[in-house]
Amino acid sequence: MSSANAVEIAASPEAIAARLAASRYLADDSLATAIFLAIRLGKPLLLEGAPGVGKTEAAKAIAELLGRELVRLQCYEGIDAGHALYEWNYQRQLLAIRHAGEHEIDIYDDRFLIARPLLQMLRAPEERVLLVDEIDRSDHEFEALLLEFLSDFQISIPERGTIRAATQPIVILTSNRTRELAEALRRRCVYHWIGYPDAQREAEIIMLRSGDVAEAMARAVANAVQEIRARPLAKPPGIAEAVEWANAATILEKGGSPWPQAFRRAIGVLIKDEEDLSAIVPELGRIVEEALG
Amino acid sequence: MSRDLNNPFAPFTGRRCPEGADEGYRQPSISASLPPAAAPFLGFARLLRRHAFAIAPEQITGFMQAITLLGPRSINDIREAALATLAPSPDRRSEFEAHFRAYFYGDAKPSIEGEEDDETRIKDDRGTREEEDPARRQEKGGELSSATEQLSSRDFQRDADGLGQFRRKLSAALPVRRSFRTARTRSHGTLDLRRSLSEIVSADGDIPSPLLRRREAVPRKLLLLIDVSGSMKLHTADYLKLAHAAVQGADRAEVFTFGTRLTRITSALRIRDREQALARAAALVDDWDGGTRMGPTLLAFLSVPHFSAFARGACLVMLSDALERGDHADLETAMRRLSARASRLSLATPLAGDPRFRPATSALRAILPVLDDLVDGSSLKGLTDFILSLGRHAPAADSIWKRVS
Repeated sequence: MSSANAVEIAASPEAIAARLAASRYLADDSLATAIFLAIRLGKPLLLEGAPGVGKTEAAKAIAELLGRELVRLQCYEGIDAGHALYEWNYQRQLLAIRHAGEHEIDIYDDRFLIARPLLQMLRAPEERVLLVDEIDRSDHEFEALLLEFLSDFQISIPERGTIRAATQPIVILTSNRTRELAEALRRRCVYHWIGYPDAQREAEIIMLRSGDVAEAMARAVANAVQEIRARPLAKPPGIAEAVEWANAATILEKGGSPWPQAFRRAIGVLIKDEEDLSAIVPELGRIVEEALG
Repeated sequence: MSRDLNNPFAPFTGRRCPEGADEGYRQPSISASLPPAAAPFLGFARLLRRHAFAIAPEQITGFMQAITLLGPRSINDIREAALATLAPSPDRRSEFEAHFRAYFYGDAKPSIEGEEDDETRIKDDRGTREEEDPARRQEKGGELSSATEQLSSRDFQRDADGLGQFRRKLSAALPVRRSFRTARTRSHGTLDLRRSLSEIVSADGDIPSPLLRRREAVPRKLLLLIDVSGSMKLHTADYLKLAHAAVQGADRAEVFTFGTRLTRITSALRIRDREQALARAAALVDDWDGGTRMGPTLLAFLSVPHFSAFARGACLVMLSDALERGDHADLETAMRRLSARASRLSLATPLAGDPRFRPATSALRAILPVLDDLVDGSSLKGLTDFILSLGRHAPAADSIWKRVS
């Protein structure tokens, strides 16, 4: 397991696409190229896209294709260095001080150090892939911290000294684009925008991801979802929802409902907003009929 | 090969790079260090820079390295490499593609349609508007219920100063919410174990007074939705000035215009110089002085996830007369959704400048229950006062207007 290995695996964009397909993720040429470039150029990969287009799934698939463990840092408003880098276990330190009594004790020992995702990554860059999820939710201060981390791949712990990554780590960032990221961050990364797939690719994804959905049904679901997405909904359904819908309808159909009805009854897993639901339901019959075609 | 590519080619001049400014004097040194085959790629990056894409030298380096890595086997490889490394923002993707085609396939020059036309039209607007202004009334925002008529003409010499003051006061005047980020404090907080422990260690085991942290208060986002339809023609220029001041003054402000289309103009308004910012914003908007399809456009706003996220927890001020032709069911749905997302939803309508104004149209009556404020948007002074008062509590629009009518 070394970076030579990663380069070997990332021989060409096609090789990556094939391996991703083996780990049940269908990437288009553009995404495969971006992944290839990120690995070969040794830059972080920044994935942007609407919720539910498979950004996090892509990161998981990349970890799988490299045979590495995925370390995930979920961002949220207010996340700070203590959550991302490291933290001392203060309670244990206090106990240790009391317990030691007259003896000397090193309270900055490894056992008092809680490694958070970024530090975990630095300690074993060849066995892990770092996913910084939904970075747009964090605030600007954290983005600056991350920027520093991504340029040097080192962390300074005042009590311990500087920890450096032995090799170039593989980092994936995702963003829902609820706010614009700093130009400096975009600049430093290989960038890819994931859009909703076309009907055919979506049908393939549904086939691959769901347990036992027939091909015709996958196609029908993909067509219907495309149609629904074209409407001004509060929350357009993502790919994950489409897969769930296909699964749910299949289960209902096995339970005895005929197809169009099974789709209608399973709509709750596709559309999860009351108003969207009431807007779609009157037309749903027609949409499903047309999709089943 | 890659050694050569690592040279920084040109200074990063970003958006402010004037037309071809870095072209001349750098040329000899580049041709000396770069293989001739690489020149087109550098030229493409420069072309993008000239069209206000922010592209850093390291991105150009990355672009060329990526092309080398990919082969390149086809023109598509070059396109993919450009997309991944030069990272054009998704909003400008089509513009980027047009430039790419024009540069590498030699297509006709990409036309940014109608830009010239729009620019001139908005300039005309501004010219006529200044003369019409003095007839306008002025009232305090939020005080509409008072029946006293304040007939004062708007003096536009003070106009600019008023906005300057507005800009400075804005971020302090917006309502605050508790952030998840904590800050040091002397009282009313929870124990800061990290600092307390290091204090204990440095004091050799003595326990000094505990150190505390408390969650910070941050100003809420400000979201301005500006109606640019024909019926708002007299006011849009003022509103854009206000929007520019708001974007300059608040930490997180977003501005959209809507008419028949929806346009995000925040990035244009980030330019500090007002004339330049407004010209840029004017060029972005395609539907000046057209019709209104308020309901559908607002629904479109809500259906774009990263737009509707702007509204969450924000102070939303809509500058519109809410004159929706025909069916207003869409408008009602959109306003209800917006009010569910926003912390405070206000509608400022220029019609309310008239003391005889009552929310009588069916569209206004339908949306009144979900509005937090319905105020006068006919004068800049009234509007700025109102926005600066957003931090203070006010009774719901519904109850104020019931008392009036």
